[in-house]
Amino acid sequence: MNKVVRGPDEAIYDIHDGATLMLGGFGLCGIPENCIAALVKKGIKNLTCISNNAGVDDFGIGLLLQQKQVRKMISSYVGENAEFERQLLSGELLVDLIPQGTLATRCLAAGYGMPAIYTPAGVGTEVAEGKEVRNFKGKDYLLEYAFDADFAIVKAWKGDTMGNLVFHATARNFNPLMAMAGKITIAEVEELVPVGSLDPDSIHTPGIYVHRIFEGKNYQKRIEQLTISQP
Amino acid sequence: MIHTSSMPLTKEQIAQRIARELKHGFYVNLGIGIPTLVANYIPAGVDVVLQSENGLLGMGPFPTPDKVDPDLINAGKQTITTINGSVFFDSAASFGMIRAGKVDLTVLGAMEVSDQGDIANWKIPGKMVKGMGGAMDLVASARNIIVAMLHTNPKGESKLLSHCALPLTGVRCVKKVVTDLAVLDITPDGFLLRERAPGVTVEEIQAKTAGKLLVPSEVPEIVL
Repeated sequence: MNKVVRGPDEAIYDIHDGATLMLGGFGLCGIPENCIAALVKKGIKNLTCISNNAGVDDFGIGLLLQQKQVRKMISSYVGENAEFERQLLSGELLVDLIPQGTLATRCLAAGYGMPAIYTPAGVGTEVAEGKEVRNFKGKDYLLEYAFDADFAIVKAWKGDTMGNLVFHATARNFNPLMAMAGKITIAEVEELVPVGSLDPDSIHTPGIYVHRIFEGKNYQKRIEQLTISQP
Repeated sequence: MIHTSSMPLTKEQIAQRIARELKHGFYVNLGIGIPTLVANYIPAGVDVVLQSENGLLGMGPFPTPDKVDPDLINAGKQTITTINGSVFFDSAASFGMIRAGKVDLTVLGAMEVSDQGDIANWKIPGKMVKGMGGAMDLVASARNIIVAMLHTNPKGESKLLSHCALPLTGVRCVKKVVTDLAVLDITPDGFLLRERAPGVTVEEIQAKTAGKLLVPSEVPEIVL
């Protein structure tokens, strides 16, 4: 079984205006840089993006925002982007802010074939408005639905031609969860390796979840907050 | 009215005081701001493991320049390092262990805390809303939550209230508050004044606490 495509343009060829996309990454860590660039080039619009953050002004999802390609963001924290703020205040952009663990677990539920989860996050806050509350063993929980995304776009460290994926360090974050949750999952990897060369015990995402894979190029891996100790 | 010899705690000293709450064997999640500084004051002989909710247990110090890895950051998006025993996992596992109550202590900042333990720290109506990140998940599930904050806002108004005016992050969840003026426990009857900053009078703390404040006969000064 071979899921390799030639590059990001082929990987995203059928992503259409109005699609709902999941984009992996936490801040700028572990984001699918190649596919974001291809989406900008393709110019499709009216996207709903499920992603923990919204990039910065000139990188990550910020590049899609610059071109006004995003209609709605579903995120937990969107602080680092001035163009985002402008579009939000002008009403061009819709934003649904949800707790980070709820975001992660709604991806997990989709990948596990479960329609919904119960979580205590947001009970008694405006996040709970309009949601079903159920009490288990004396504690209240909110019903939250699994995501329904047309495409999931993730970035891995290594992947093989069957779509098995391995992530590195905290660049794992939402990537394996979103990989499980897309109707079509696209993985870009830093290193594409032959099938059989990954240790089966060490694979994070089984290839069954991945539909297309390619080796990305020219990763910038920008750092948002460079903090160092003196040697 | 500030007494001339009163010595409110600095942000570093608030962190230092909170660090004394760490117990050997604790798994601890530290929020952004003053809570991050707590890691600098972990007492000798107290072995704790820091959890970063983007997907790491065993957060080490900032890297030296040659060890910077863009793929290795904490929840504040700062570059960090691992330690012996560190483990990476995805964000669902991370919030799974938080939700399941495996994290012993969560320290976070706040804009307001009520005398019932409600906390508001994510949204100011009319201002740009950046989002709650993981704060709502943490406060809804953590077994022990300590808030680190200044006692009053820049206008001098109390941040310790009978009811939070700002949109809530969580309800009845905070157990202890450490401010520049005092250490307070949250009890069913309100804020219980445990300790006061050196030279700060009980009267000053009373004047700057809008929520219900219980004052025992003896309120020792904070020892760092």
